[in-house]
Amino acid sequence: MRHLLSGADLDAATATEILDTAAEMATVAGREVKKLPALRGRTVVNLFYEDSTRTRISFEAAAKRLSADVINFSAKGSSVAKGESLKDTALTLQAMGADAVVVRHPASGAPHRLADWVDGSVVNAGDGTHEHPTQALLDAYTMRSRLGRLAGLSVAVVGDVLHSRVARSNVLLLSTLGAKVTLVGPPTLIPVDIASALAPGTDVSYDLDSVLPHSDVVMMLRVQRERMNDSYFPSAREYARRYGLDGPRMRRLPEHAIVMHPGPMNRGMEITPEVADSPRSTIVEQVANGVSVRMAVLYLLLGGNNR
Amino acid sequence: MTAYLIKSVSVVGAAPTDLLIRDGVVAETGAGLTAPDATVIDGTGLVALPGLVDLHTHLREPGREDAETVESGSRAAALGGYTAVCAMANTSPVADTAGVVEQVWRLGREAGLVDVQPIGAVTVGLAGERLAELGAMADSAARVRIFSDDGHCVADPKLMRRALEYVKAFDGIIAQHAEEPRLTEGAQMHEGEVSTRLGLTGWPAVAEEAIIARDVLLAEHVGSRLHVCHVSTAGSVEVLRQAKARGVKVTAEVTPHHLLLTDERAETYDPVFKVNPPLRTATDIAALRAALVEGVVDIVATDHAPHAVEDKECEWAYARPGMLGLETALSIALDVLGPDWDLIAERMSRTPARIAGLEGHGLDPAPGVPANLTLVDPAARRTIEPAELASRSRNTPYARMTLPGRIVATFLRGEPTVLDGKAVR
Repeated sequence: MRHLLSGADLDAATATEILDTAAEMATVAGREVKKLPALRGRTVVNLFYEDSTRTRISFEAAAKRLSADVINFSAKGSSVAKGESLKDTALTLQAMGADAVVVRHPASGAPHRLADWVDGSVVNAGDGTHEHPTQALLDAYTMRSRLGRLAGLSVAVVGDVLHSRVARSNVLLLSTLGAKVTLVGPPTLIPVDIASALAPGTDVSYDLDSVLPHSDVVMMLRVQRERMNDSYFPSAREYARRYGLDGPRMRRLPEHAIVMHPGPMNRGMEITPEVADSPRSTIVEQVANGVSVRMAVLYLLLGGNNR
Repeated sequence: MTAYLIKSVSVVGAAPTDLLIRDGVVAETGAGLTAPDATVIDGTGLVALPGLVDLHTHLREPGREDAETVESGSRAAALGGYTAVCAMANTSPVADTAGVVEQVWRLGREAGLVDVQPIGAVTVGLAGERLAELGAMADSAARVRIFSDDGHCVADPKLMRRALEYVKAFDGIIAQHAEEPRLTEGAQMHEGEVSTRLGLTGWPAVAEEAIIARDVLLAEHVGSRLHVCHVSTAGSVEVLRQAKARGVKVTAEVTPHHLLLTDERAETYDPVFKVNPPLRTATDIAALRAALVEGVVDIVATDHAPHAVEDKECEWAYARPGMLGLETALSIALDVLGPDWDLIAERMSRTPARIAGLEGHGLDPAPGVPANLTLVDPAARRTIEPAELASRSRNTPYARMTLPGRIVATFLRGEPTVLDGKAVR
């Protein structure tokens, strides 16, 4: 594996290797000195064309715990704001000797373009409405930690699937790892041909209540209120009534089921505080697991078996 | 004026004969012609076609001379076997006045490699709000007959109706870029399985079909001529088929790329495959090929759309839509239709010349006919190298593909514009 651009880049063996490596990395977080020398002398650039403090600091923490040199390159206040092209930025990073470029970009496919122009590894940290593969890995890691397995799990992914890079990566990765994914949302927010486009076993439902009793995992996606201005749904209230996860709905879940959210949450929109703060919620764990999984990805791309 | 004697050439697929070109016309045809003053071209194995006519070319001048000029585009056209091209109006400034269309027309004359027939904008600045001075463009030296806001749809139904009606006064035709703008906001590629996988906003087929359906009804209502640019979907073909069966005066074009390439090309996110309307599915391609053979789609038009490197070497969403076409169109037609020379002449020369009203073009080489013709070597195969193209731009989607057919020579009113496969200037 040279780049991590899509959940489709990972076969079951590679994905499992990342999750197993992440489990080892997690032990570092419990130590007094949270640092490994694995990537000493290697340079990781965080190239962020969108504000995403949580993802950027997660990658930054991951790289630093592996002793890599980290350069944060934010599009704001840099030459990018002056109109420098992605290609010129790529050539600049190349000249600086970036071993890995972690890129967040509002345009789908930008990491693929970047991978054509740099020699180092490219990690997709979220591109437009396409994919966010490390989020899917940390979600899978969280499910495995809580429920002990991934194969055979029923996972409901609920909300704005159309615009969600988290959903696409999760469908791809979870299907590869043997989980059954059901996408739930209003028909306006479920993209056309989603099952045949991503993973043939994927189900679609427009009725959250009917899906909940059979779900081991419910993953709530962030829904932007502004979507109602483009007629994806009539109002925030109607959305919350039909597709929001509140206390009564949560109690329809099996006893062992967990509730996930990639953050940042719209409390009161897709999830109520009662659910977000309940013991079923893994939202804070997901953040912690994100660092371990990203350590594993950087380690395997830069220091692991391909060098 | 040099005379040319083309020996034993197949005229539009017929048995080999000789062609004598003198004083701008085909002077004589027949076996065993001699002309001591003529330059002899061995036509053995070659096919002579009436010079190709492109109803849909972007020459970019004035405004984006870094991407293409009238001269460079004319050279590309001649090398592709064309003797006439219709230059789209979305230049900067927009070709929405007699002044701009006359400028483009004059630049075409100066280049002298093909006849450049300017297309006028339907609305001022392509803004879709009020009619441009269509009559002034029609009466200008450029004698504009085709009007198009191509790149934008004339979406306002009342404005479209008025445009269709107004141009009847001078036998004009409205060439519509059929795209319902509200259904394609932010659209990046064909809406379907691939757009879902790639996370690129979809351009649904219905956005094209709905406008064509509306426009054929409008054209029927007011009894006007309508031409539909770059038809790209199977559904559009059905709408056109029904309209033609009712006798609506509608013609339609398909581009070479919509006959060959599918939306799966987007999977690399290389914007060389970004085009508007977008590349569609294999089902659409099959329907378009059948429609072209059948005549439901009347012509092949290139939608030759040169773009500067920086407008393509970027993120998909930020790239400009469009691809080169002039230098590869005949090869794609051969690849798709096979060596059916009469069909190729009909779809790429005779019918487009008739739609555009271009005198002296679209006529099979025969005694007395203006010598606008091209010689094709159907047996040749060539690999497309972007750097070798005559266009100023490099955005060909066929890079490193090996395609059948090669243009050996092109004549414009008896003067060679291409000889031995090379532009004469």
